Amino acid sequence: MKEIRLMKGNEAIAEGVIRAGCDGYFGYPITPQSEVLEYLMANKTKERTGMIVLQAESEIASIHMVYGGAASGKRVMTSSSSPGISLMQEGISFMAGTELPCLLLNVVRGGPGLGTIQPSQSDYFQAVKGGGHGDYKMIVLAPASVQEMYDFAKLGFELAFKHRIQVMVLSDGAIGQMMEKVELDEQVPRWTDEEIVKLHPWSTTGKTPDRERNIITSLDLNPVKQEIINRNLQKKFKHIEETEVRFERIMCDDAEYLFVAYGSSARICQKAVSLGRAKGIKVGLLRPITLFPYPSKELEKLAKQVKGMLSVEMSAGQMVEDVRLSVNGAVPVEHYGRLGGIIPAPDEVLNVLEEKFIKENLLCKTH
Amino acid sequence: MQDTLTDAQICQPENMVYCRTALMTQAPLSYCPGCGHGTAHRLIMEVIEEMKMQANTIGVAPVGCSVLAYDFLDIDMQQAAHGRAPAVATGIKRLYPDKFVFTYQGDGDLAAIGTGETIHACNRGENITIFFVNNGIYGMTGGQMAPTTLPGMKTATSPFGRDTETMGHPLKITELIANLPGTYFVSRQSVHTPANVRKAKKAIEKAIQYQKLNKGLNFVEIVSNCNSGWKMTPLESNKWMEENMFPFYPLGDIKVPK
Repeated sequence: MKEIRLMKGNEAIAEGVIRAGCDGYFGYPITPQSEVLEYLMANKTKERTGMIVLQAESEIASIHMVYGGAASGKRVMTSSSSPGISLMQEGISFMAGTELPCLLLNVVRGGPGLGTIQPSQSDYFQAVKGGGHGDYKMIVLAPASVQEMYDFAKLGFELAFKHRIQVMVLSDGAIGQMMEKVELDEQVPRWTDEEIVKLHPWSTTGKTPDRERNIITSLDLNPVKQEIINRNLQKKFKHIEETEVRFERIMCDDAEYLFVAYGSSARICQKAVSLGRAKGIKVGLLRPITLFPYPSKELEKLAKQVKGMLSVEMSAGQMVEDVRLSVNGAVPVEHYGRLGGIIPAPDEVLNVLEEKFIKENLLCKTH
Repeated sequence: MQDTLTDAQICQPENMVYCRTALMTQAPLSYCPGCGHGTAHRLIMEVIEEMKMQANTIGVAPVGCSVLAYDFLDIDMQQAAHGRAPAVATGIKRLYPDKFVFTYQGDGDLAAIGTGETIHACNRGENITIFFVNNGIYGMTGGQMAPTTLPGMKTATSPFGRDTETMGHPLKITELIANLPGTYFVSRQSVHTPANVRKAKKAIEKAIQYQKLNKGLNFVEIVSNCNSGWKMTPLESNKWMEENMFPFYPLGDIKVPK
């Protein structure tokens, strides 16, 4: 029988990374995600699996410790919240340039600046469009439950090493802090140093006589070579777009109207779908699970079926741009967002959907 | 009159007094003629070779003149973002406690943008080794003022000399970190004369050897010249270094194990 526990989202991902065979966590406290580091410390990971946990002096140091560990082929991660993730952009860009695998967790809070400690989804652009300098993307996973916080630890490491890419779990203060039941699975063993040498021949583990030295660098001053490096990166992102899209369809089969929402907003919209259905409105929800790669093709398909899409986000309208790009004018796309840490209510978003699409249509018909 | 010896006759193993260190690659050094970096590179590689540690070594290169150090050192290396080498090395060493992990950094990298990473890696007593080349200037970007630029010294961004009232004071970061409980061995050397090269090599040997003891961070500063940035000939710059840099950054061991 599966082990079941009642956990906070932040605790669930911490337990998830231990069980996923994580080798090292480097982080700095920030609300609303400090439980990750606290949980790892309290769990004596060194004794449990040999996992190293270190509280760094800053988010900048944390991400560069992650860089060092990742470049040596280890499963490493850090977690933070919005202002801390901003500080990490330098390191993330360097990891993009060197194609280093790692797991990053952003438990998003409202900004800009110090903003608030309340949940928000206003870091979508930063996470999905590449945050730091240079042309790059990360795989971005958006959990909508505590269970997914747990599950995305293992999935995140798998994707990171499969594609040699940074994987960000883009959560928010609500998912991080709320408690739900979590099904846990078996411990994945950490790789031995010998396994790392075999599995990741590119990693810096000490030059042995049987191979050339390994160098992890993002620098190439020759523009011709640098363009090739960049083209290869783009090829990889394209491949990921073709192979790693994940989404969930909720009541979409006969839907005439569609919510598009991820994370906490998707939970709100799921309830709004039930409320709408009870009122006889054929409404569905498309929940992107990967924000990069984005489920554009699925939205393109749904655009042929529905009369309108409402992107619900706890932001001023960020993901809505990707929804519009996906449907390319085929169907009206509206945005509804709450800002500054306010979570919209299910009846509130349903009302907006009715206002924007259904009542307007009724008016048209009466004229 | 005796015939002069041919090159082939001279180049016999028994006559060899100097050769390229095996752990230096064949790549031509990118450093200016007269610069101390090449000698510093060679000394570190010589010691790693003598201690047979190539397979056990992971190095971290900085941003600065030695950004391309990995082109010249035949070991596994990572290139760190500007100033972050001690954090990168921390990540490696914590996960590979039995490897020899070192950073090689200049003064802008270590004592300006990376001050936080330097001090905290030292204070945590990370079991890494830091080689710090201090030439009082930003060489790679064209000779701007560094955290270690001496008072009155002219650079591209202090064209009338460093005015300590408006530009602050040179930072003696080596003395500062020697005061932290996490450092084990701290030494300041130079590589501008054969005698100094020998002393520097001894310090480098200790800084590498001591890492095996797991007693904390080992740190060797090498005060060096930057003849291009200082706008002097190599000889002039060495003389200027002796007369101006050494009084401010005195050579010798600063912290030795009890």
